[in-house]
Amino acid sequence: MKWLLTLLVIVLYVLHQDFWNWSDRSLVFGFLPVGLAYHAVFCIAAACMMALLVRFAWPAELERTAPDTVDATSEAAH
Amino acid sequence: MIPVIVVLVYLAIIALIGYVAYQRSKNNTEDFFLAGRSIGPIVFFLSIFATNMTAFAILGSSGMAYKRGIGVFGLMASSSAFIIPLTIFFIGTRLWSLGKRFGHMTQVSFFRDRWECTSIGTVIFALSAIMLLPYMIVSIMGGGTVLEDISRGAGGAALIPFWLGCAIVALVVTINVFFGGMRGIVWVNVFQTILFLLFGVVAVMVISQNLHGGYGALFAKMATTRSGALLARDRIPTLEFWSYTLIPLSSIMFPHMAIMCLSARKMSAFKNTVIAYPIAIMAVWLPCVFLGVVGAAVIPGLANSDGILLKLLTQYSPLWLAGLLGAGIISAVMGSDCHQVLALSTMFTKDVFGYYGGNEKYGEKGNVVFARAFVLLATVIAYIVALNTPLSIFELAVRFAFSGFAAMSPIMIAALFWKRSTKWGALASTLWVGFCLAATWWLQSTSDSIAPKPPSAPPAAGASAGAGRQGGAPRAAQAGAPRPGTAPGTPGSPTSAGAQNGTSSERPGTPAVRPGGRAGVPGAGPASGAPQVVRIFPGLGDMFLRSTATVTIYGFLPVVPMVLGSALWMILISLMTSPPSKSTIDKYFPDGSGATTVEPDPIAE
Repeated sequence: MKWLLTLLVIVLYVLHQDFWNWSDRSLVFGFLPVGLAYHAVFCIAAACMMALLVRFAWPAELERTAPDTVDATSEAAH
Repeated sequence: MIPVIVVLVYLAIIALIGYVAYQRSKNNTEDFFLAGRSIGPIVFFLSIFATNMTAFAILGSSGMAYKRGIGVFGLMASSSAFIIPLTIFFIGTRLWSLGKRFGHMTQVSFFRDRWECTSIGTVIFALSAIMLLPYMIVSIMGGGTVLEDISRGAGGAALIPFWLGCAIVALVVTINVFFGGMRGIVWVNVFQTILFLLFGVVAVMVISQNLHGGYGALFAKMATTRSGALLARDRIPTLEFWSYTLIPLSSIMFPHMAIMCLSARKMSAFKNTVIAYPIAIMAVWLPCVFLGVVGAAVIPGLANSDGILLKLLTQYSPLWLAGLLGAGIISAVMGSDCHQVLALSTMFTKDVFGYYGGNEKYGEKGNVVFARAFVLLATVIAYIVALNTPLSIFELAVRFAFSGFAAMSPIMIAALFWKRSTKWGALASTLWVGFCLAATWWLQSTSDSIAPKPPSAPPAAGASAGAGRQGGAPRAAQAGAPRPGTAPGTPGSPTSAGAQNGTSSERPGTPAVRPGGRAGVPGAGPASGAPQVVRIFPGLGDMFLRSTATVTIYGFLPVVPMVLGSALWMILISLMTSPPSKSTIDKYFPDGSGATTVEPDPIAE
């Protein structure tokens, strides 16, 4: 799963560069430039990617090691 | 007058919220700086988003789209929508956990403890503070500009002049931060974020009602003209577009963002935040970029394109929406400005005052008094500087700050993920960033005289398409354009290294100027609006190029060599020096794996 998620992040990064839309002036739904529509969908895809990361790669161990209250000794030192 | 009243009522509410937060506050630094690490998930998301949004996300994005087209969304917004949640997910959560475990309230306190260093932490603090200060000043200037612009009468005179606008914004920020601290800020952020999330959608819907023929007819006509380039990405060089994906790395390195990550009550607050963040960026940026391109078609020829949204609203929407816009912009300005002021106060109090003896001598209450006094002093100084220094200097400084903070991200990544990293590696990276910033500033100044002219105003393409509300409220339509670059922004809204990189501008008689260069779009000539660049040192070929507003290195933005160099220095110098003691490594990497060398550092700092 870790490698699949890594691959997903890389794929999305590449998809962000959408050079194939560079000079395309066509409109989606009759009013939205295709380059703008593409990146709007990209934002939604990014949200989905983050949902997958939260679901399958959440660093729960960080939460377990964090105390409910801050160590007063450490705090005084910083 | 109505917009001014709306904005002033809004400012009064913010000051009141700060006072209410003050009544609930406890007199210790953790409460003042981090709201007692008690922020719940919804407030956390709304607040961290407000931290990252400035007026640039509204005014600057539409202004840049007016000149460079829809590609601005991919350049700045969707790259941020992709990168920033990832940095919050991988870095923000770890900062939160370490803050909870060891009580860190700033990045520098973490670095000092992680690498067992004192002076190097102070160097990192100094560079961070230097890069953050101009941002704070620009925010105050942006707020003053907006108040001045929305209060202009038919004759062009402003009811609220610039100096008074800046004073009002500085005063409200001071009241909110001085009394409320982090708690006051995040309460206000809830209100602010909802306001500017709604603004764009409402503006697009209202304007479409009054635009004759609608957006489709307007764009169809526009596509057949030269300004049809705005419907594609012809005016953005490919290498700049790629370079820009590194800029959002700066987000988590901005002190106010990192400090915000420490304030969550539970780590689960990050879950919804990272998922909703890309959608929120889209909700703010998409309408603004869209309307910027619409503006290029219906109101061509603006010298200062940042005023396009105000002009559109003035001509195509009712007065109350202009008031809402003013409040939305002020929200964006103040949402980030309050965090910046508090972050500076936190850094000075914890990393300097407290660290060098203030803790022992004055205790927690003394620290809070110092923090509040610093807030007061910082905003007064920022106000005085704002009135007496050209905006362009700070805009440039903020632009560089984004690259600088992005280039410091390898330091944070090494501290969190690489056991073998050392304080000397961190110092080398920091010095590299400082050197690059100075060199870029020098290159920029050196090449100002040979830079291609600013882009010419786009030609009319369907200017007649807009019927609109003619003659209605001439105030802003006639004179309401904000000053250039009002309150530039964050990675969610970077002013960025490539901002206004220049569109087509013919400059006969200047042989070194050429369209695109290595940075250009293949096949795109001046007719399509390809950016023009000039060699700064012709003998060095394309190494240093200058466009209208920025310097590039082989067509890449300076952020690319800065980030790569910073990472390289961190790796090389860390491998050449001794890592922190075993106890420190075990403290930060409790699983015990991976530490290669655990001898004490023989080099006395």
